[in-house]
Amino acid sequence: MTSTIQSILDGNRLALSRLLTQVENNTPEGREALAALFPYTGHAHLIGVTGAPGTGKSSLVNQFALHLRKDDKRVAIVAVDPSSPFTGGAVLGDRVRMRDLAGDNGIFIRSMAARGSLGGLAATTAQVVQVFDAAGFDAVLIETVGAGQSEVDIARLAHTTLVIEAPGLGDEIQAIKAGILEIADILVINKADRPGVESTERALRSMLELAHPLRQVWNHHGRRYVVDAPPGNDGSDSPLWVPPICKTIATDGSGIPELAEAVARHAAHLRQSGDWVNRERARLRSETETLLQERLMQNFRQDVPEQAYHQVLEQIFQRRLSPWEAVEILLKRQK
Amino acid sequence: MTEKKIRVLVAKPGLDGHDRGAKVVARALRDAGMEVIYTGLRQTPEMIAEAALQEDVDVVGLSILSGAHLALVPRVIELLKANGQENVKVFVGGIIPDEDVDKLKAAGVYNVYGPGAPTEQIIADIRSAVTPG
Ligand SMILES: Nc1nc2c(ncn2[C@@H]2O[C@H](COP(=O)(O)OP(=O)(O)O)[C@@H](O)[C@H]2O)c(=O)[nH]1
Ligand SMILES: [Mg+2]
Repeated sequence: MTSTIQSILDGNRLALSRLLTQVENNTPEGREALAALFPYTGHAHLIGVTGAPGTGKSSLVNQFALHLRKDDKRVAIVAVDPSSPFTGGAVLGDRVRMRDLAGDNGIFIRSMAARGSLGGLAATTAQVVQVFDAAGFDAVLIETVGAGQSEVDIARLAHTTLVIEAPGLGDEIQAIKAGILEIADILVINKADRPGVESTERALRSMLELAHPLRQVWNHHGRRYVVDAPPGNDGSDSPLWVPPICKTIATDGSGIPELAEAVARHAAHLRQSGDWVNRERARLRSETETLLQERLMQNFRQDVPEQAYHQVLEQIFQRRLSPWEAVEILLKRQK
Repeated sequence: MTEKKIRVLVAKPGLDGHDRGAKVVARALRDAGMEVIYTGLRQTPEMIAEAALQEDVDVVGLSILSGAHLALVPRVIELLKANGQENVKVFVGGIIPDEDVDKLKAAGVYNVYGPGAPTEQIIADIRSAVTPG
């Protein structure tokens, strides 16, 4: 084992930080280290925090991490912000809201720019998270701006996804349109000190009832519901999880213990139902397939001369070949 | 394959109250294609060094208007070194009297800029500071 790997396993923060850069830049050193660290992964609870800008995600992550620290859990935070599509630069400002976490060796905050990735996650966020997992962090909180495709990405990466809403933003309907409710394991109405909480909650509940029809049956019980789904409901026989709605004030910490409890319940639910393992397997499989696709494509482009490739493309442009025929021809040319 | 990006921590140590200047510089660096980690007001040298470590930055930019630069800046440099980050280049912006500029440079500051310094200059200096060789 190389000394880098050993020092990361031993908790060396400089080595960890430098490796994160290698991984983020997808360098050969980074990939090699990832391979060596992979056997040590699979222990951390990966928690996604997504929602529109300004809903209080960073403030909430700050409070939630403080709460986890009371149980002496080691917490890594990965805060992803968009890169400018024009210059490739970024201003990453999430740390501004996380100053309470300064000076604590049980915390590690890393800001990431999305770097041209279309979703809210960077192409290497999953690998950065893996490094934290291997380094022994008990929880990894992944903050990402909810927009378009990104919710799906975060839901695929995380075990538990929190979708943050705030009253008075007028974006409830927007979020629902974007399908954000479908990926939420827990819904958070932050800024519960602001007017309009009730109407936001009402809007969310009625949308939840559409998305999870079973919920109505259990409506009178309180704020969270774990119901047994009839077999075959979603192709599995695992009990259904219906997203609870938590109300928080991230600026003073109100509602955070209840949120933490909901998160812990969700983790327990995943483990009981077997979904923890299922999600991990689905994620590892899709990660492997993505890499495989990239490599196959690379190999293919190496085997087929650039000129031949462009000639075939040109024939497609001229409508003399269909893309389907072109693929057949190109694959035959390979080797 | 993503290329190496210049990562800059922009921080505001000390107790002076606004960060307009720091934000202007942060945006200019972003527009120059850099990744800027912005930490906000009232940072202690310890907080700055910790953020620089976690973010593995190439450059730390300190904006200081309070006059406390001689106390704050050398302390930041000392902590960076203690953490093994002696390669990180430190830039200072703010109202710094001429005689203090030399003292700061002697303490290891790469360059010092007054309030009216053109951001193009800062960008060019950062680029040449972090380019190896
Ligand atoms: N009134 C109120 N303001 C909040 C609350 N949570 C966050 N904020 C404020 O909302 C703004 C955006 O917060 P931030 O955490 O940066 O949101 P993000 O963009 O979603 O990460 C900041 O000014 C916070 O102080 C809350 O519960 N109540
Ligand atoms: Mg944020």
